[in-house]
Amino acid sequence: MSTPTSTPQSLRRRPPLRPAAILKNLTALALAAVFLFPVYWMFSSSLKPQHEILSKDPVFLFTPTFENYPTATGVDLFWTFVRNSLIVTLGAVLLALLVALAASFAIARMKFKGRKGMVLVVMMAQMAPWEVMVIAMYMIARDGAMLNSIPLLTAIYFVMVLPFTIWTLRGFIAAVPVELEEAAQIDGCTRGQAFRKVIFPLLAPGLMSTSLFGFITAWNEFAMVLVLNKDKEAHTLTLWLTQFQTAFGDDWGATMAASTLFALPVLIVFLFLQRRAVGGMTAGAVKG
Amino acid sequence: MTVDSQGAVDSASVDTPRGAASQTPPPASGPGEAVPPPRGRRRMPSGILPYLLIAPAVASMAVLLLYPLVKNLILSLQQLNRREMITRETVWIGVDNYTKLLSDPDFWNVVLRSLFFTAANVALIMGLGTLIGLLLNRLGKAMRLTLSLALMFAWAMPIVASVTIFRWLFDEQFGVVNWLMRTLGFAGYEQHNWFETGFSTLVIVTLLVVWGSVPFVALNMYAGLTTVGSELYEAAKMDGAGGWRTFWSVVFPNLKPFFLITTFLEIIWVFKAFAQVYAMNLGGPDRGSETLPVYAYIEGLGQQHYGLAAAISILTIVMLLAAMSFYFRLILKQEEEQ
Repeated sequence: MSTPTSTPQSLRRRPPLRPAAILKNLTALALAAVFLFPVYWMFSSSLKPQHEILSKDPVFLFTPTFENYPTATGVDLFWTFVRNSLIVTLGAVLLALLVALAASFAIARMKFKGRKGMVLVVMMAQMAPWEVMVIAMYMIARDGAMLNSIPLLTAIYFVMVLPFTIWTLRGFIAAVPVELEEAAQIDGCTRGQAFRKVIFPLLAPGLMSTSLFGFITAWNEFAMVLVLNKDKEAHTLTLWLTQFQTAFGDDWGATMAASTLFALPVLIVFLFLQRRAVGGMTAGAVKG
Repeated sequence: MTVDSQGAVDSASVDTPRGAASQTPPPASGPGEAVPPPRGRRRMPSGILPYLLIAPAVASMAVLLLYPLVKNLILSLQQLNRREMITRETVWIGVDNYTKLLSDPDFWNVVLRSLFFTAANVALIMGLGTLIGLLLNRLGKAMRLTLSLALMFAWAMPIVASVTIFRWLFDEQFGVVNWLMRTLGFAGYEQHNWFETGFSTLVIVTLLVVWGSVPFVALNMYAGLTTVGSELYEAAKMDGAGGWRTFWSVVFPNLKPFFLITTFLEIIWVFKAFAQVYAMNLGGPDRGSETLPVYAYIEGLGQQHYGLAAAISILTIVMLLAAMSFYFRLILKQEEEQ
């Protein structure tokens, strides 16, 4: 790009492209294409008319149509699944926030016997192998006549996201200078008021991102709901999506529309969170 | 964009979402908790209050996490098949489930398969993740943004959605991969069934897992690389070190904790992966793609051998614990160093 006649300054900014640099950029482009392709293929297939989907040679240019979406949402009980998914995710996240706020405040700000042990418990609970505990969970639910129960599923998801929520909020609370809290107390606040009026507002961004990560975990959960909620009325959207294709034979257009609908909220939330995703999540078992 | 400049080395151990500083008025002190205020002043003795505050968390974890684990152990000592499920009898058989499993070649088959599956996945994830992280570090701004964004999409995709997509990509009749193979001139891809054997199914699962997990390693790797000062690279270059040498003598030693922690995290995640394997082909064909978690599920809810399935779960958890103990040791060491 830069010609030999360029000024020295622009030369420094844009060194002539050497073969190594070209190779590097081409590799990056190819990698970007590989990582993006499945997501792109999902979107594009979801917008393809039926006859273009069922063609031996895939069609790359087509007139987009939304006809697949009504098929995907027209499944029996679709809105029940949506409601169930919303109840379990929102319920789990809100419960976890409430319980974690109390616990993480104690861990971050108070001195008590067993504090270290509590930190360790939270850390280990974060790695709990839920996928491997489904048999025991099934027997517990069966013995308690709680199979196909939305409240039980909510409670399990709540405990799934709780350790991560405590762990993250602990960091956020520790980051609020204790002097602020002390100043409020000197000005006549009680300890509870100091928490409510000083710390809590400062925690808002932390609460936000933590709860969104919790939302992603609960929204995507598959093993527990598969085992515990066999009745259609108690399904969530993960089961709707995985059983969609079998139920509809080979209607891949509608299946991809279903995938898109399922993935879209998560993609939006994740891109919104991306600054925090890197690094902050290494310690959390949010997604494997 | 996308990536915080702060280290993945310290972030690997701690929690604090790093972006916090830019939005929270009182800045998250440096890299998260790295610089805590003096301990004595920070925490005041508070009598019974802290116990009240942690009580709900402890109670809920005890009921829904600890109890199921204990229940799992108890179930593994019982004979619990279809008959006992109906009659609701409790038949204690001691460690019979375990001896039966340990002398069953099928069980060892699944164990070996799970170990190979995990090893292959983790090696690919760490290798490719590291290479892409190194590449990100050497790209120009626009290109880095493009690649990071693509990685973000792959990372964010919900597992059940990605499984559905991969089934479509590798579809026998209309899948784009068969078309690609034909276009590239390979014979025999008219209607190639990619899920023909357990092995081929697990290869597709591996592609899916690697595709979904590489971004995590690559982006964290890149975040970590930005903390290795550029002087170090320059010094290495001056001393005449090539790319390979620079990696092993400058980058790797600096990021060793990151490598170790991430490797063990990936081992744990892949070993217990359920949705990816099960939703891909229900453990089939002919139970040929079952890894341990799927094997436990199918023995239990499919074959109605609940006691045996509980024993498989316990053995799986024991194997996971081996990996976890390394992981926790690494994390605790890091916490102390800070």
